[in-house]
Amino acid sequence: METKAFQRIYTQLTGITKATVSLRAQGVANEELAMVHGRLAQVVKIMGDMVTLQVFSGTEGIPTNAEVVFFGEPPKLKVSDDLAGRFFDAYGRPMFGDSEIEGEPREIGGPSVNPLRRKQPSELIATGIAGIDLNNTLVTGQKIPFFADPDQPFNQVMAMVALRAQADKIILGGMGLSNDDFLFFKNVFENAGALDRIISFVNTTEQPPVERLLVPDMALTAAEYFAVEKKEKVLVLLTDMTLYADALSIVSNRMDQIPSKDSMPGSLYSDLAKIYEKAVQFPDGGSITIIAVTTLSGGDITHAIPDNTGYITEGQLFLRTDSDTGKVIVDPFRSLSRLKQLVIGKKTREDHPQVMNAAVRLYADAANAKTKLENGFDLTEYDERALKFARDYSEKLLAIDVNVEVDTMLNTAWQLFAKYFSKTEVAIKNELVEKYWPAN
Amino acid sequence: MKTQGKVTGIISNLVVVEVDGPVAQNEICYINLAGTKLMAEVIKVIGKLAYVQVFESTRGLRVGTPVEFQGHMLEVTLGPGLLSKNYDGLQHDLAKMKGIFLQRGDYTDALDFDSEWDFTPLVEPGTQVVAADWLGEVPENWVKHKIMVPFTFTDKYTVKSIVPAGKYKVSDTIAVLVDSKGEEHKVTMYQKWPVKKAITAYKEKPRPFKILETGVRVIDTLNPIAEGGTGFIPGPFGCGKTVLQHALAKQANADMIIMAACGERANEVVEIFTEFPHLDDPRTGRKLMERTTIICNTSNMPVAAREASVYTAMTIGEYYRSMGLKVLLLADSTSRWAQALREMSNRLEELPGPDAFPMDLSAVIANFYARAGFVYLNNGNTGSVTFIGTVSPAGGNLKEPVTESTKKAARCFYALSQQRADSKRYPAIDPMDSYSKYLEYPEIQEYLNKNISEKWVSLVMKSKNIIQRGREAYEQINILGDDGVPLDYHDRYWKAEIIDFVVLQQDAFDKIDCNTPLNRQRYMLEKVMQICDTNFHFDGFEQCSSYYKRIINALKQMNYSEFQSEEFYNYEKELETILNERRVQ
Ligand SMILES: Nc1ncnc2c1ncn2[C@@H]1O[C@H](COP(=O)(O)OP(=O)(O)OP(=O)(O)O)[C@@H](O)[C@H]1O
Ligand SMILES: [Mg+2]
Repeated sequence: METKAFQRIYTQLTGITKATVSLRAQGVANEELAMVHGRLAQVVKIMGDMVTLQVFSGTEGIPTNAEVVFFGEPPKLKVSDDLAGRFFDAYGRPMFGDSEIEGEPREIGGPSVNPLRRKQPSELIATGIAGIDLNNTLVTGQKIPFFADPDQPFNQVMAMVALRAQADKIILGGMGLSNDDFLFFKNVFENAGALDRIISFVNTTEQPPVERLLVPDMALTAAEYFAVEKKEKVLVLLTDMTLYADALSIVSNRMDQIPSKDSMPGSLYSDLAKIYEKAVQFPDGGSITIIAVTTLSGGDITHAIPDNTGYITEGQLFLRTDSDTGKVIVDPFRSLSRLKQLVIGKKTREDHPQVMNAAVRLYADAANAKTKLENGFDLTEYDERALKFARDYSEKLLAIDVNVEVDTMLNTAWQLFAKYFSKTEVAIKNELVEKYWPAN
Repeated sequence: MKTQGKVTGIISNLVVVEVDGPVAQNEICYINLAGTKLMAEVIKVIGKLAYVQVFESTRGLRVGTPVEFQGHMLEVTLGPGLLSKNYDGLQHDLAKMKGIFLQRGDYTDALDFDSEWDFTPLVEPGTQVVAADWLGEVPENWVKHKIMVPFTFTDKYTVKSIVPAGKYKVSDTIAVLVDSKGEEHKVTMYQKWPVKKAITAYKEKPRPFKILETGVRVIDTLNPIAEGGTGFIPGPFGCGKTVLQHALAKQANADMIIMAACGERANEVVEIFTEFPHLDDPRTGRKLMERTTIICNTSNMPVAAREASVYTAMTIGEYYRSMGLKVLLLADSTSRWAQALREMSNRLEELPGPDAFPMDLSAVIANFYARAGFVYLNNGNTGSVTFIGTVSPAGGNLKEPVTESTKKAARCFYALSQQRADSKRYPAIDPMDSYSKYLEYPEIQEYLNKNISEKWVSLVMKSKNIIQRGREAYEQINILGDDGVPLDYHDRYWKAEIIDFVVLQQDAFDKIDCNTPLNRQRYMLEKVMQICDTNFHFDGFEQCSSYYKRIINALKQMNYSEFQSEEFYNYEKELETILNERRVQ
């Protein structure tokens, strides 16, 4: 963003806070970008000739006589096929000393799709992970986060899902990504020979937190280019949205807004929805699917960040270590893909919905039996069988290291039913039982 | 002369405008941003400064931009052609907008001003009329859409002339009315009305005395909603608010459904766009979309318009009610509307109430719910607006301002329980916490006993009691262990489980189970209650649970079968055989 001749330059700040500066200036447009003392900033408030700017990288060391240059336009990203295979920072500038990209500048955070121009998502995303494909089937155009404690391997699972998902483009939006995790993603994508399908916008833990606010919009502007203009299937990975929300609260606190629950801004729901709702299926085949990570603190999903996220996304995936098998599983109770109805039993075998429900119900019986055991009560014979079933189910189906086709998952489930239960205990529609109950 | 102004301040979508003349609270204005008009509403005035909330993104707006005030509040356009339309929160027709993305200022007409309608007059010259009286009608899908004396007409009028039957456009004059001072007024087929004002052009609003059949068992049987009644569905995310509302939209016995998608997911609205044109209305056999109007202001659409969207929906509902129709209005989610109020109150730096919501939240919600109701029109016909909203409590905790305020305003409370949703006991309406105040109305009780069966209300109360006792037994079993309690506790627990599995739980995604007409609800409740009244013999609790599971399985198969089909009776026979095994005579 080089200085142009007509740009207006000011040199007198009238106020400085940790994240904002204010000054008297004329003809300024709302949300336009400016350079304050060499740092990028955006207009967030105008009152008469008093303009407040949010400085993305913080205001440390900015003097009252700092030079302020207004650019006359909001943040933009240059879009073209050139984006593919490249790494950018939060401002959309190439990393690793790469050359600038050629392309058409697009405003980021643009308007939303007319709901009438959307198509109902209907294309299954196969991941091979039964905890996802069998119980929480994903669909293109869906938005879904992993709810995970910080010590869980969510980035690994997300990378695995991304690579198996057969997307035309994978766009990584990294917010507060540790350098190790960043390198992990880079390596995995490189090793899979997938780099040309990948675009990354990354803000690492070493960079100022407020910069993160630009990352989702950058990633989604690139996604919209490929989904709308190139009709591609785009998968956007956003990690970690909790750190994004933290950055929002930093800014709103500096702006003296009255915080609502958990010191988050009152607009948190709308702010997050604007991002997640960019997930879309277009009628001509293009789509944007968003898989995000929302880290929890102490597993608390009633905290404002996961709570608002849950109200926006189409389900959530919980990872948990199963103490019986020692494996990381996709928790069947708390995980949910809301769009699975659109594909299960339609794009997959007819018995899928009922098998899925029956297995989870029996797994719940086992959980009850376990509680009984822990409370020192005797187990019934049924409880014993349920517990054995649960172990097998966890190991053969829920564990994230399973990688099989959906039909195989269904067959495995039927085998486990027949091994441990009677037909009435499984309680699936008779016609399906007759067709799929294993012979022996 | 319209009042003009200039922008002097911008904080997100709150804009301060210095005006050169009079402005009214809630007046609409347009900000002219380089040829693009941005619609906004006055929400506060101090001296020469009008604070307006803009229904669009204010990106690129500058101080000094000209603003023109319109001299009226936010209005909707009412006339034939509203049915089956998909509007944004400000009643712009989404179908008429250009391009894939919603462009700022792309304000499309609510009605089709070019299409012609088959008008039949209902009055003769010389007839005395007042606001909302029917002058004529046009067929709109299957509804006889009444052309009424505009609601804004406050005098008494005499019909001077009315056009003969024929084809007319909505903007054609169809009648000329003369007021008490002898002045003439032309009436077209459309009128405008400010959304924040209730339409009260009816004779009387009695207490609701009929129930609105929804096909959802836990509502109709246990906690029925009245026609013209109000209800709300609070629940943590993912517990089934939207699925339940969609079920109501598909099955409820209403003439017209208005769905306000208020700050929720776009894909959920797309689901309706996709499915409703193909699904049959179980009553008329016509397509569901023919009786549905959608007001769509999803979470990514402008926040200020979210608040407007529920009012837009309510006003359209009141309009159709005045035609003598039974309207069901659904809003998902009213919490998003409250949040929109909170965001704005925050920017205005008002003194915040609990959880930073505005102080008058309760009053705003109560006012809105009060617009629903069953009415007698001036001509003796009846009409109704039944309103059911969802509430999305922060953290799933019902002790928060929106839930508490709504609880004061709505008569039915359908609390979704996380626990029931987790164990996939859908719809997850908690049978103990939920209630319908209407069930206590003597006129409703009388209606139920007369229309369903003589002892219906007492049967329902009895079933609630069994559920309650079952829950208590379950707690005891959990504390004392399976063999630490008398066998009778197990029996009680399992009898409650029958009601739970067969009456309360209902598969919204099964073609047959999703919708249970009242006669079938009666059949099944009576069947289940007979079983609950039967004594069975068991040697131990294990026997008890496996036996009741078989009973439940047979009953569930009945639920999945076409009512009174051969299959249905076969499962019923199977059930009888099971019951005979252990029945104590
Ligand atoms: N009656 C039902 N039968 C079967 N499944 C259901 C039923 N109700 C809800 N579900 C399941 O629960 C999921 C979430 O339901 P729904 O979208 O209605 O939740 P919600 O309460 O509206 O959540 P949010 O507040 O996030 O919008 C559905 O996608 C579906 O899988
Ligand atoms: Mg919902």
